Parts: sequence; structure tokens; C-alpha cells
Amino acid sequence: MIAALYFSKMDHSPELARHEDRDRFVLSKGHGAPALYAALAECGYFDREALFTLRRMNSILSGHPYSPSTPGVEVCTGSLGQGLSIANGLALANRLDGKKGRVYVMLGDGETQEGQVWEAAMSSAHYKLDTVVALLDNNGLQIDGRVAEIMGIEPIRGKWEAFGWAVREIDGHDMGAILAALDWADAPDGKPKLIWAHTVKGKGVSFMENKVGYHGLPPTAEELERAVAELSAS
Amino acid sequence: MSFTEHKSLRDAYGATLAELGALYPDIVALDADLSGSTRTSKFAAKFPKRFFNMGVAEADMMSTAAGFAAAGKIPFASTFAVFASGRAWDQVRQSVCLSRLNVKIVASHGGISVGEDGPTHQALEDIALMRALPFMNVVVPCDAHETAAVIRAAAEHIGPMYVRTAREKFPVVLPPETKFTLGKGTLLRQGADVAVIACGYMVSQALLAAEKLAGEGIEASVVNMSTIKPLDEDMVTQMATTCGAIVTAEEHSITGGLGAAVAEVVCETEPVPVIRMGMKSPVGQSGKPEELLDFYGMNPAGVAEAVYKAIALKRRMAGGTR
Ligand SMILES: Cc1ncc(C[n+]2csc(CCOP(=O)(O)OP(=O)(O)O)c2C)c(N)n1
Ligand SMILES: [Mg+2]
Repeated sequence: MIAALYFSKMDHSPELARHEDRDRFVLSKGHGAPALYAALAECGYFDREALFTLRRMNSILSGHPYSPSTPGVEVCTGSLGQGLSIANGLALANRLDGKKGRVYVMLGDGETQEGQVWEAAMSSAHYKLDTVVALLDNNGLQIDGRVAEIMGIEPIRGKWEAFGWAVREIDGHDMGAILAALDWADAPDGKPKLIWAHTVKGKGVSFMENKVGYHGLPPTAEELERAVAELSAS
Repeated sequence: MSFTEHKSLRDAYGATLAELGALYPDIVALDADLSGSTRTSKFAAKFPKRFFNMGVAEADMMSTAAGFAAAGKIPFASTFAVFASGRAWDQVRQSVCLSRLNVKIVASHGGISVGEDGPTHQALEDIALMRALPFMNVVVPCDAHETAAVIRAAAEHIGPMYVRTAREKFPVVLPPETKFTLGKGTLLRQGADVAVIACGYMVSQALLAAEKLAGEGIEASVVNMSTIKPLDEDMVTQMATTCGAIVTAEEHSITGGLGAAVAEVVCETEPVPVIRMGMKSPVGQSGKPEELLDFYGMNPAGVAEAVYKAIALKRRMAGGTR
């Protein structure tokens, strides 16, 4: 989904990193930072070499998005639940200034247990922010286990629709479906959009797929080799 | 000496913000269902399109304000001090401070003078909470005139700022066109025996105390330390050097507020006795503001008592006796 946004959908570029009409992305589930950094590097916001300094001292790439040090990162995230509110603020400011930019925000499914997400969901609908597009990474897992067992968030569609959102359900690994959903989300119908994406955590790496334990666990050298081999084959 | 004029700090905020709205097209205001109380309602009436009521959702309000700032706006976010500093602390920390965004938080209902609403609504920890945050500026104006100057400075300054106003009218201490410089304390009265470094409501009480003390032969300096962060360390050290004893006075817990900030500087630069006066009781209670202020010693007598202690300690240290 981040690839779809950065390489296709969003109007953005590192040369015009501060251009006023740009689309913006807020990674509310800040622990997904490595995926964001990879996309930013690929787009030329900083050197690819920087990716190998992730989480190290003096790196521009912190463990979680830290806007003061990373080009292309709009705000700090990592303490979960704040991104949708920030997206609302950006969208309201754009509206005041007649700027065209849309604001995309990625939420984790576990993250939606945070009360602030629902405060923000209410605000997006109240202010009819149809330029806010939330992507829900619904992988069914959080740190301590399955979302359904820790603190169930169903019914997902019912909750978001009741909060005034338009909801579209997709397979979050189907690039065609992702791009189509992003186009669907352009509708200027006065409703904020939720792209409810079903995903598999660790997708493409057989021994990681759907495993709770791999939330924040880096692979060993041997695992890395196997993972890269599997991903290259697919 | 007595203060004949009393004026509301939150009124001054509301009026100044509404006035600044015309000068700064990028100013927006946010509130969490307390716009009548915080006085952002003044701005809302004049600039309805630039006012955003976020409902009873302070966390959402602070992060939304951060989003506005990330898009180049100058958001002023207001609610009661307990909620601004406590309910939304993590949002202020991450969305605002760590992201180094230009959000102004102007919180009303600071301190014990909140009165009848009682312990849950009396912010006695907000200065400590906000002072601990990275890149945050913390300002506690002493009267309505200073509040107006602070709000103007807040609009001009780039960076996060927390400003505390109050529910009650406070005595007018400073002239109408008073100037404010972030990070600078002001010496309001000069005396060599002790320095009273105060903020907010306690500035007026310190001045009254100093006059009473002068009648007893004790000459007190009085400093209006409206900026608590960044603290005017030169002024603090100068007071320690010239007076040899310091009393701090604030309408806030003696833990973590102005007193703590001053003591931190004094013990590392010019160690002299520092007596912190403020709320010693862990919580307040309901009551009329003036009753509560008297009960908890937030008055000239309370300041004077702290001064006697500071001077006794200064003598003891000078004499080397115990
Ligand atoms: C406020 C807050 N509480 C706790 C955490 C620790 N934490 C990091 S990720 C995570 C689980 C998130 O689950 P989910 O949103 O489903 O993310 P994903 O499955 O996509 O990794 C938790 C609890 C945090 N970062 N922020
Ligand atoms: Mg998850």
C-alpha cells in the first residue's frame, strides 16, 4: 500500500518536498517506519545507503518516524493513535487555503483500540473531510496476540460507517485492488474514506506469515537469506 | 499599597487573539467545548471559518493542531489547564513538541483560584508537566496586560508554547502597553535582603508582601518570572548573588514548577537558601477562590512567612551555626 501511494498515487517529489499542493502521508502506525523509509529512499528523499543505518546512532532514520531528522517525514509518530488527528489538521488547513493535496494515513488494526482514533474518526466526518483517506492494515495481529483475542475491533465496517465514513474492503496484497481503492477514495462526496485492507503480517515469507512473534523481531542471518530467497521467487 | 483594578487574563487572551486574527491570516483557533470559558469564542465570532470546535476530545484537538501547524498554520488550542496539560500530554509531547510544530496552547483555569469546581479541576501540576517537555516554552503571565503581550509574542514566536491563564480576575500589576520578552524576568522592586521570584497571581501578592516587609525593615526584591521555560538563569543567579536568599511564589504545586526550576539553577550556580512557596497540600478543595487562596497561604502573609524562613536560613548559613 505504501508502494502504491509513493510510486503511483500521491502527488509528491523530493525536489518539491515542501510544495504546497502536495499529497501527504502520515504513518500513524509508526513502527512500520522501515517500509516508509524504503519508499522515501526509492523516491530520492535521501540516499539509499541511509537505509543500512536504520536505528543506529547518528542515523537520519530513527526506529519510529522522527520528522526533524528524516526528509519526507511529515510528523513524529510511534505513540499510536495520533496520526488520524494530524491528518485531519492537515486536511482542514488545506481546505482553508484552497490547496488540492489529499492526506493519506495508515492505521494498524490493533492501533484502532486507541480511543483517540475514534475521536479523530468523529472529527473527520464532522468536518466532512473527503480528502482524508485512512488505510487500515488489518493483519489481525498485534504485539500480545490476535486482535480478536486481545481486544476485538469488529464490526469494522459497521463502526466506521456509523462514524460517517465510506468504507471499501480490499485484499491489501492485490496491487490492482489497492490502486482501484485509492481512485475510489478520490470521490468528493463529503465523506472521509476508509480502505479496509485485509493483509497478512509477514506476507511472502513462509515462516513469518501470520506469526505473532515476528512483530518486532529482526531475522537472523540464516532467516534473512531464506526470506530474501522466498520473496525473490514470488 | 493596594491594587484597585482587577482584570481577567482569559478576557485579555480572547480579545488579543481576535485582534491578532486580522493581522495573521494563518492563525486558527481550536477548542474542546470550552470556548466560552477559555474565551476563544471571541475569535470564533470574528473568524468562524478559522475556528474549530473539536468537541470534548483534547487528545484529538492537540494532534489536529499539530496537523494545522505542519501545514503552515498558527494554531491556538485552548481548554482548561488540567486537560490541556494532563489529558493530552502524550499528544503534546509527540505530535507537537517532538515534531517541533508551531502550536500555541493557551490554557485557562490554572491553579487553586479555579475555586468551586474543586480538586479535579484545579491545575496544580500543569507547569511541571509542560516544563518537562522538549522544546516547549512555558509562560505564566501575571495579569491581563501581560497576557495580551504574551499572546502577541506567542503569535510571533515560532515553536511550541504553553500559556497559562486563569478563571478569576487578577490584580493589574503592569501598565497597559507592557512589553513581554520570552525568557526574560522583570525586576519589579529592588531590595537586598531577599528576592521573591514569582509568577502569575503570586506576583501581585509578592509586591504586597514586599511593602509590608519594608515596614518591618526587610528589603525584598520582587521578580516577575513570567517565562518559566526557558528560565532567565542570569536573573536567577543575579538575585542569588545580590540578595543571598530566594523565595519562589507560584499558584502551583511546589513540586516541579517555578520553585523547582529556580532551585535547579541556584544550586548549580550560586547556592543560597531557596524557600518554595506554593501549594504544599497535594490537592485543593472546593470553595470560593479568595477563601482557597487564603487557606493555602497564597497571600502576602504566606509570602512573608516564606521570606522569614529564607532570611533565617541565610543568617544561619552566614554564621555557620545550626
Ligand atoms: C500508545 C502506544 N501504546 C503501545 C505501543 C506499543 N506498540 C507498538 S506496535 C503495537 C501493536 C500495534 O498493533 P497493530 O496496530 O495491529 O500494528 P501491526 O499489526 O500493523 O504491526 C504496540 C502495542 C505504542 N507504540 N504506542
Ligand atoms: Mg495488526
